[in-house]
Amino acid sequence: MRFYAICVYLFLYIPIGVIALFSFNAGRHASQLQGFSTKWYGKALSNPFVMDALETSLTVAFCSALFASVFGTMAAVALQGIRGPVRVAFDMLIYVAVMIPGIVIGIATLIGLVTVFDQLNPLIAAIWPEGFNPPKLRMGIGSLIAAHTMFLMALVVIIVRARLAGMDRALTEASSDLYATPMGTFRQVTLPMIFPAILAGFLLSFTFSFDDFIIAFFVAGSETTLPIYVFSSIRRGVTPEINAIGTMVMGVSLLLLISAQLLLQRGGRKSR
Amino acid sequence: MTQRTRNWLLLAPAGTWFLVMLIVPLTVVFIFSFGERAPSGGVVLALTFEQYANLPARWAAFKNTMTLAPIGTLSALIIAYPLAYFLAVKANPRWKTILLVLVIVPFWTSILIRSYAWIFLLGGRGIPALLEWVGIEGLRLINTPFAVLVGIIYGYLPLMVFPIFVSLDKLDKRLLEASSDLGAKPWKTFLQVTLPLSIPGIATGCMLVFILLMGEYLIPALLGGGKVFFVGNALVDLFLQSRNWAYGSAVAVTLVVIMLITVTIYMRLISRLGASREDVSIM
Repeated sequence: MRFYAICVYLFLYIPIGVIALFSFNAGRHASQLQGFSTKWYGKALSNPFVMDALETSLTVAFCSALFASVFGTMAAVALQGIRGPVRVAFDMLIYVAVMIPGIVIGIATLIGLVTVFDQLNPLIAAIWPEGFNPPKLRMGIGSLIAAHTMFLMALVVIIVRARLAGMDRALTEASSDLYATPMGTFRQVTLPMIFPAILAGFLLSFTFSFDDFIIAFFVAGSETTLPIYVFSSIRRGVTPEINAIGTMVMGVSLLLLISAQLLLQRGGRKSR
Repeated sequence: MTQRTRNWLLLAPAGTWFLVMLIVPLTVVFIFSFGERAPSGGVVLALTFEQYANLPARWAAFKNTMTLAPIGTLSALIIAYPLAYFLAVKANPRWKTILLVLVIVPFWTSILIRSYAWIFLLGGRGIPALLEWVGIEGLRLINTPFAVLVGIIYGYLPLMVFPIFVSLDKLDKRLLEASSDLGAKPWKTFLQVTLPLSIPGIATGCMLVFILLMGEYLIPALLGGGKVFFVGNALVDLFLQSRNWAYGSAVAVTLVVIMLITVTIYMRLISRLGASREDVSIM
């Protein structure tokens, strides 16, 4: 039994380990180890395409994680006090957002937005003052953030709601019995207790957005995110540079994940 | 401000966002699937079932998805179950959490990079080179259904382990002791007590993995080398290369419908299984 478990762990970690190992390979060829070197990291970090893609990915991940955690938390708090059809409808929306395959979300966002933009662009051009260039709505970083936020909001609602459900109701009741305003109760009682869950939701959302390929592939327009860059370079052939980028990406995800995990655990203990 | 208005205001941003970015786009896909392809590459609105009638042209993609998704789900289950059992029942409680985290962490790191790792391992200079060294020659692994299956198992194993672990972990260990005290052999205890009680976890795990596999694009694209392709690959081709939106929409709608039907039937089966088990336990 234990032997079996060890085998599965090896299966899970050897591929990741091999990538990390070969990212420090001094040799030109991707598959022969020829001594230790960090040159591929230097090469990746000085490649302007990689840096551009990284910047886009970080911007998108930060903005969508931020919007998702703010609006998702607001929705989760509101849903606590709502019963009836609105709640049912919202639960349905969250269910649909999570269940529909990412690729379908990508496609739907692409053709939905392009269709809407095609209608809006002439309108904007018509009402725009003469002599100025009217702005043109198109697919890009904005549409990517909007699409990620939609999906991640559902994730944040689920996480924050789980924490709210585990919270002791008596605390908020005590607070309002002591004449705290609803806003005061929220700021001084509810928020501190659900904050770890919100932060964990933010970190998970950030990781998810940063790693997403399939939605970005459809929605990013002419922008390139890091996963899109990696995908197209894999298509051109395996290089040590991809190993270095991959190792860094996994390192960052790992760091964020561990923080999220610690937050969720600490928050869980505190509220008990 | 009443509580009611406040709740509405709190829900407004998320609600609007879902409406604009989820409901409207999905509706557009649905409407377009009944349209016709415009010469310019867009869609002419119509009410025709022409696109749906044309679906058999992409039969291979549906066939591959509907065979490899269940096979992948089952293989992941077979590999995941013993590990989940080990973690929940046999592992030292002190190490349990960390061991579980170690299983889940890969799932949250980029699936793109993890699939890339297998291009590296299965490619000509990876495992085939090692096998050549021990005397097995001319074995081709990359760009085969086998490679896609390995990628699938590797990608989704953590998602399968977690729910099974949860259901086994909740299981009252006294039931196992009772069973063995009553003279049941270990394997009989497993078949009659442990396995039936972990069915909810198995059901959740299989459903999660199956749903994600239905919409898979990356694994077949990277490890199948254009020979093993899923509906997801057909969709990328239709929307990004041949730009046939009407037909692509019909394929997407069909995929979602097949998914919904499978999941509904599956849930029915599982709840019936659960119900019949309750009858037994009452007796």
